[in-house]
Order: sequence, then structure tokens, then C-alpha cells
Amino acid sequence: MEDVIDPPVIKQRNIFTVVVNKNNMILVEEKLMDLSDVRKAAVKFLDNGGGLGEEACDYCKGERDRSSSDNPDKAIISLKNDRETDYKVYISVQNELVAAYNELRDREFIALYPNERMSFVEADKKYSDPRTRVKVKAALKVKLSVLKKMYPQKLSEAEPSKNI
Amino acid sequence: MSKFRKKKNDEQAAINTASLPDIVFMLLFFFMVATVMRDNTLMVENKLPAADQIQKLDKKDRVIYIYAGKPSARYETKYGDQARIQLNDKFSVVSDVGAYVLAERATKREELQNVLTTALKVDGETNMGVISDIKQELRKVNALKINYTTRVGDYTQNR
Repeated sequence: MEDVIDPPVIKQRNIFTVVVNKNNMILVEEKLMDLSDVRKAAVKFLDNGGGLGEEACDYCKGERDRSSSDNPDKAIISLKNDRETDYKVYISVQNELVAAYNELRDREFIALYPNERMSFVEADKKYSDPRTRVKVKAALKVKLSVLKKMYPQKLSEAEPSKNI
Repeated sequence: MSKFRKKKNDEQAAINTASLPDIVFMLLFFFMVATVMRDNTLMVENKLPAADQIQKLDKKDRVIYIYAGKPSARYETKYGDQARIQLNDKFSVVSDVGAYVLAERATKREELQNVLTTALKVDGETNMGVISDIKQELRKVNALKINYTTRVGDYTQNR
């Protein structure tokens, strides 16, 4: 028997909903959006940092809008597809959302570790390269995990619905 | 008249070819050993979508491949034009995916069996329904690490 765990309560302002319908149209926060704007909107949401007190985000450079996400740790992107969505559109949207995370991680990585002379993505690539030496890897791992904690990738994927 | 006159070598002796079979067999065995058979003939169309936020999968020995897409022109008359799943060398239905992954997992080395990734090589035109069905099946057999294989490129190429 599996225990049924109640889903945690998440405030609506901390969820960034992306819906792709069967005609491959993208609906972000209930507004129709072109694919080229998704990345910017996701960055804006993740980097908002609207929380107060304990939930404040001191490294966020967003607008601190109270009606958007509290901090990157709380912010969740929810992606929902239709069963008739094209795979390539899904990959494009996923790509843009991951790009939003990478953009923010890059920015903070360069700010935190300017001596590395590379971005988060480059550091991550170097870390997963089998030719990198173990010592270098260990040093990189610490720095990468700091960044992953600052902007954790909380990308939730809902089951595709029959029709939207 | 001397009896022991040296024989005159009028013609040049033919090259000794006794070692020729050895050489031929050596080459034959070399190529037999060194040849790798391509284990998957693609029977579906496989124009992968483009993406640029990608990571390289460098440990090929711990990857299980699943292909999906429309049957290619050769098979279109027989299998229709709806997206199909290809496992190894044959078309399959969604319910076969679980058994296939378990069988593939059993062929891998024991220490790798827990770190396997399932790579989905899916044609860009496929509907998400197929993919979510595959993902459901993979979840049933506890193959939770999946990877979408893409081309390198900008998303604008996907239109």
C-alpha cells in the first residue's frame, strides 16, 4: 500500500504556468505568448524576489513584485501539454525554460566567482567532461552546487490533458 | 665437357606465394574483429528537434535508446502514417516499452544497472501523447532518468 501524501500548499503567485495547446499555441500565466518571449518572462518570474523578511532574496535583481514569486527557491515553473502538442514545440519551450535558469545561474556565477573566467554553463560542461582532473572537478562541484541552490531548477511537468 | 656445370638461371624464379593465404586470412580476421555492426536500422523518420541548452551524454554504455516517429517511406504502406515506437529493430506498441527496458537493463553490467538513462530519440512532428505514454511505461519499470536527444541549434529551426 502506498501512502497518500497530501500535496504541499503552494501559493499561486509562486507558480508560473506554461500551457501548450494542441495548436501549439503557448499560454503563459493565462496570456498568449510567442515562444521568443518565454525566456524573458521566465527570467522575470524567477528573479522577481518579492518575498519579505525570511523569504527575501538578496541576490535577485527583479522587480520585487508582491504578486509574483517570493524567491527562486519557492518559484516553480509548471509546464502542461496537450496530447496533440508537437514534440518539437515542447522541446523548444523546455529549452527556453532551461535557458532562463541558465541565464540567471550564469549571471550569479560570474558575479560570485569572477576568477573562474567562465559562465555556469561552461563550468558545468567542464565538470561533466571526463578529461577534467578530479581535483578540478571537486572544486567546481562546490561552486556549481552553490549556484544550483541559489536558482534550483523546479520545473514541474503535468500529465498531458486530452484537450485544452 | 664438365658434368658439374652450374645451371644457368635463365628465367627469374616466381615469387614465393606460400604466405599469401596467411596475409589474406590475417586481413579477414582483422576486419571481422574490428567491425562493429550498426545495431539499429532506423525504420521511423527521425528529424530531431533543435535545442541549445543541452548537455552531452558521454557514457554511451549506460544509455538505452527508444525511437519514435512516423514510419519512414519504405514502411508507410504497411504501417500507416501514425507515429510509432521503434525498439531495437522492430515497430512496437507502448505496452512493450517496459519489457524492452527491463531486457536491456539485464544485458548491462551490474554496476551500471542503477545508473541507466533512457534516451528518447523522437521525431519533431510526433504528438506529445506518444511521449507521455512512453514516460508512463518507463515510470512503471522505474526507469526514471530520461533524456531527450536533440540536434544542436536554435529553437527557431523548429518551426
